[in-house]
Amino acid sequence: MAHEHKLAIFRGTLKFKSNIAKIWGVFVFLSIVTIIEVALGILKPEFLLENRFLAMKYLNWIFIILTLVKAYYITWDFMHMRDEKSSLRRAVVWTGVFLICYLILILLIEGDYIYEVYKSNYVKFDF
Amino acid sequence: MDTTVAKTGTEGKTWGGGNKPLNASYGKMMMWFFIVSDALTFSGFIAAYGFSRFKFIDAWPIADEVFTHVPFLHGVPAPMYYVAFMTFILIFSSVTMVLAVDAGHKMQQKKVIWYMFFTIIGGAIFVGSQAWEWATFIKGDYGAVETKGGKIIQFLDTEGKRVAIADFAEKIPTARNVHEESNGVWYEAEETQTTFSFEEVKAGFLANDNLLVRTQYYDENGEPTVLSREESIEKIVNDGKLVVEGANLKHNEYGHPLFADFFFFITGFHGFHVLTGVLINIIIFFNVIIGTYERRGSYEMVEKVGLYWHFVDLVWVFVFTFFYLV
Repeated sequence: MAHEHKLAIFRGTLKFKSNIAKIWGVFVFLSIVTIIEVALGILKPEFLLENRFLAMKYLNWIFIILTLVKAYYITWDFMHMRDEKSSLRRAVVWTGVFLICYLILILLIEGDYIYEVYKSNYVKFDF
Repeated sequence: MDTTVAKTGTEGKTWGGGNKPLNASYGKMMMWFFIVSDALTFSGFIAAYGFSRFKFIDAWPIADEVFTHVPFLHGVPAPMYYVAFMTFILIFSSVTMVLAVDAGHKMQQKKVIWYMFFTIIGGAIFVGSQAWEWATFIKGDYGAVETKGGKIIQFLDTEGKRVAIADFAEKIPTARNVHEESNGVWYEAEETQTTFSFEEVKAGFLANDNLLVRTQYYDENGEPTVLSREESIEKIVNDGKLVVEGANLKHNEYGHPLFADFFFFITGFHGFHVLTGVLINIIIFFNVIIGTYERRGSYEMVEKVGLYWHFVDLVWVFVFTFFYLV
């Protein structure tokens, strides 16, 4: 039960006077990020769709990074992760991050492989 | 609690009990255990969605074309706006929840009551919106034809606008004899009938020269491939099998049936979480009103349900990205 809250976000660059002010500040930030996401989703700027980085469109990179940013602030400020012991933070975050990254990597590679097999109608190696 | 826990005589020592591992109380720690495991469940679902999407990457429906509806704005295509609204509702109910937790720390019963009330309202609006979105998705809008190979073909006019099958299908008078349970030893209820039969859609399509067909597959510009009139006729006559209206677990007029399956499953599982979250919030809300936590001297229970509620919001952030944006 941490009655004292850490009141600075953005690595200490933005400090709030009270916990309530911080909550509203984080809400404004999350809203801005969501508005950017929705605006990009509706407009779909051409140059972000044409170029790719590591086989993924720029636009999708932006969406995924902004999602992780939102997830960070929801967990850190709404779920009070910022006020917990670093050992609890790490136990929760690294377990999830490691297992999820592994699962996604394996499944997406496998999915892409099956796509290639369907497309060429040819079994390249053990299917 | 004291009456149910046996004293060991080693209280105060490191392994004597009574310590809080990681400085979190038992209940909070268990809530984090649950949240981590539930997060892994959701990532399993979303990763499975990614797997199926990568498998059919050149034919996966575009969310913008599927979710274009806003309540009370019938026929106005507005992709994304309604989901964005739902996202805001959920984030805002998270804010009122965290304000309730903050008021709880300060032992302000009245404020906790009001903030919990707004949280519950927000959750209810979200679940209602999701139900509406499901209903719209199940109903469908233009209708399509499924081929013998299970692929979806949709109809366009020569200007590239979508055409609903109801606008061109020709009514062919037929008499259907429904097999009823009283007439047979072996009886299975028939499937839901579509408004038009495939033969009616085919006749209407052949009679209207300005209609074209588009397939699920994307051309090099990332647009669904539109066939020429001759190819379209060939496709309908040779491959067409049945009419699909809306989406269910077997057929999906918007594209691959797996898209509908994952949509129902993932948003359904998330919606179930929101529903249980609302119910738990209501229980805690009444506990706050009758003063349970005031007597207990701690509003930690509000903090624990708060953790769950924020988690539901957190999951929605990911569902929103992977179902509607990416």
